[in-house]
Amino acid sequence: MSEVKGLEVVEKEKEAKMVRIYIMGKEYLVPAGLTIMKAMEYAGYRFIRGCGCRGGFCGACSTVYRFIDDYKLYTGLACQTKVEDGMYLTQLPFVPANKAIYDLDKIKPTPNILLRYYPELARCVSCNTCTKACPQDIEVMYAIQAAIRGDIEEVANLTFDCIQCGLCTIRCPAEIQHYHVFQLARRIYGKYIQPRAKHLEERIKEIESGKYDEEMEKLMKMSVEELKKLYENRGRIED
Amino acid sequence: MSEFELIRGYPKYMRESIELVEETRERRLKEEFRHLSLEEREELLKKYHPDHKEGTKRPLKIGPNKGMIAPHEVIDLLEAHPLIKPEQIDLSQVDYETDILIIGGGGAGMTAALWAVYSGVSPEDILIVTKLRLGDSNSVMSQGGVQAADRPPDSPTRHFLDVMGGGHFANDRQLARTLTMEAPYMMKWLEELGLMFDKDEEGNMIELWGGGTSCRRMHSCKDYTGMEIVRVLRDEIRNKGIKCVEFTSAVELITDDEGKVAGAVLLNMESEEYSIAKAKATILATGGFGRLHIQGFPTTNHYGATMDGVILAYHVGALLRDLDATQYHPTGAAYPEHIVGLLITEKVRGGGAQVVNKFGEQFVFPLEPRDVEAAAIIRECWDRNNGVETPTGMRGVWLDTPMIDLIRGEGAFKKMFPAIFRMFSRVGIDPTKDPVLVFPTLHYMNGGIVINERCETTVPGLFAAGETTGGVHGKNRLMGNSILDYLVFGRRAGINAAKYVKNVRIGKLTLDHVRRYERWLEEAGIETERRAPLILPDYRGKKVLMRRIDVL
Repeated sequence: MSEVKGLEVVEKEKEAKMVRIYIMGKEYLVPAGLTIMKAMEYAGYRFIRGCGCRGGFCGACSTVYRFIDDYKLYTGLACQTKVEDGMYLTQLPFVPANKAIYDLDKIKPTPNILLRYYPELARCVSCNTCTKACPQDIEVMYAIQAAIRGDIEEVANLTFDCIQCGLCTIRCPAEIQHYHVFQLARRIYGKYIQPRAKHLEERIKEIESGKYDEEMEKLMKMSVEELKKLYENRGRIED
Repeated sequence: MSEFELIRGYPKYMRESIELVEETRERRLKEEFRHLSLEEREELLKKYHPDHKEGTKRPLKIGPNKGMIAPHEVIDLLEAHPLIKPEQIDLSQVDYETDILIIGGGGAGMTAALWAVYSGVSPEDILIVTKLRLGDSNSVMSQGGVQAADRPPDSPTRHFLDVMGGGHFANDRQLARTLTMEAPYMMKWLEELGLMFDKDEEGNMIELWGGGTSCRRMHSCKDYTGMEIVRVLRDEIRNKGIKCVEFTSAVELITDDEGKVAGAVLLNMESEEYSIAKAKATILATGGFGRLHIQGFPTTNHYGATMDGVILAYHVGALLRDLDATQYHPTGAAYPEHIVGLLITEKVRGGGAQVVNKFGEQFVFPLEPRDVEAAAIIRECWDRNNGVETPTGMRGVWLDTPMIDLIRGEGAFKKMFPAIFRMFSRVGIDPTKDPVLVFPTLHYMNGGIVINERCETTVPGLFAAGETTGGVHGKNRLMGNSILDYLVFGRRAGINAAKYVKNVRIGKLTLDHVRRYERWLEEAGIETERRAPLILPDYRGKKVLMRRIDVL
């Protein structure tokens, strides 16, 4: 079997073409093809904040950047965005935002519930800055509008892919705390609007009635050889 | 056109192989590759699984697990000096006095905290410390789903058999039984918390296949299952007012004069100031070791996956197990370079996509247990030379993602796999039209700290749950059982720690075990500058590190 290649390949890549980036205004030459996160590390940064899952799921590495001679402000996740020549960037290691405290068991899924916990929703001016800021390409403003209308299902579905990075919240001129609103909407939807799985109740009753205890006891006491045989012959339950 | 110019994300020579995949697709839709017998599996693993590669492991020289075989990267951290010297630390000034200290803020830690509250512990008497943010963990990254045998014709006993077979029958049966019998309860709990499961219109769970399972029982929330669970748990932790200190790592456990674990020395990672947390019970929920890059493999794991909990537990003399078995996920991204090693969920295969070589032919049943599937892919790439080589010299095989829409109708892929679609769209590849290149990637620590079904370690006062523990999965975990593991055993850790703190008295605090560990190292003749736990990996550029001077 030949050598399995992993990290050393990355080193080889680093000999490739270089690009010029500016980390918080300071110039660095880094290999093209790296993500912003890996480029910052290449330049000598060791993250404590601003780095989490490194795979686009946790929202820890929100980054804002501009290019020379371009007025536009871009947003992205440092672990998912490749460096480009002329990038001026900084990370956003923390987003100050307040979460409403609630007891989900006592909440009623009424149309005004989101506004009650987050009244600043009504300040939305429909500027769409939130949507433009979202690295997940979520229709954030539509979700806010749905929240104002009290359409909890729409909010839940539109925002399901939210990784709570806070870029919308930090950019919003109306100071809405979007990702907390969306979290509440999704939990209300999951608990009160989405129908419950009846088979779960039934299965739990079966387990509690001891239906599987005898068979399980047998499996616990079997020799490994007997277990293996049972395993090989268990078959696949096709539909 | 230059050799490096990309056509819809791929260079021309890779496109030629993709054309072969397209040609065979229609025929393959009706083909099912033969499953391997137990014997054939073992043979494949022995020859091609990285665990069996020579020169990658050594026996441990010190402590209660002396002689245990594990990867060099693991032994290096176990045969290392503790980070602190007892004389540096003033134990008389206690900064946090708490009933339950939970080290780690991922799925296991958060579940334990919530169930401790349900068991009557006041939220003010619980302290979660995490070296990153609350929720930053491998838990948040799990995509494909969670197993629970929660309707006919499936049963917990069938689930149990799958778990045992997947784990090569090396599992702690009591733990495997607990895992599978309590699975439906945990689904129910998540439903109560308002989790948005994938369900049909009547509310029935949509359940898919997983590797090594004999029935469809994979519950999911698109391919953001882990993220959906973690953000709900985190929201609930905050609703309950459970105290959490972020960017603070545990660098050493503290015991009392009877040897019971009684808290930890914490480090504020930003100010580098230490503090003392005194606790009646301590729960380790620190996750696995992907960031050790065993054998140089890239990893799916989050930034903090450095097995700190295993190291801390061993310092106080807790037993470990099964650390010789490492899980490589069969389908990590192999192209393009900057996403190498990132996870492509097994749910893609569970949904019907096949794994094919450069000629567009299947070479393994797509849903063998993970170790078997990974070994088959390595054989195809490096022994049979039927892999596709990337521009940077990696090899991979195709995961035929366009099959999903062919089987389940147009739009199905985007609906089931928004995260994977997004990840590849960002690099210019459309996985609904083209296959994606995959190769095994370091994924999971199968072994870890020994626990019983009450989540007690072998040291009093110390509980553990989740990936940091061993025994539940034996030598190889099946898909969908890691979320289940942290739910079932996180709950049990919380409940049992809550019971334990009612009657325990903590004596005088000491760090004698650190002195003992130093003695063990000395007696074994281990001379090293290594220190552990690692806390975070160091990815700074080599050039920078070579020229670095420490003056500030």
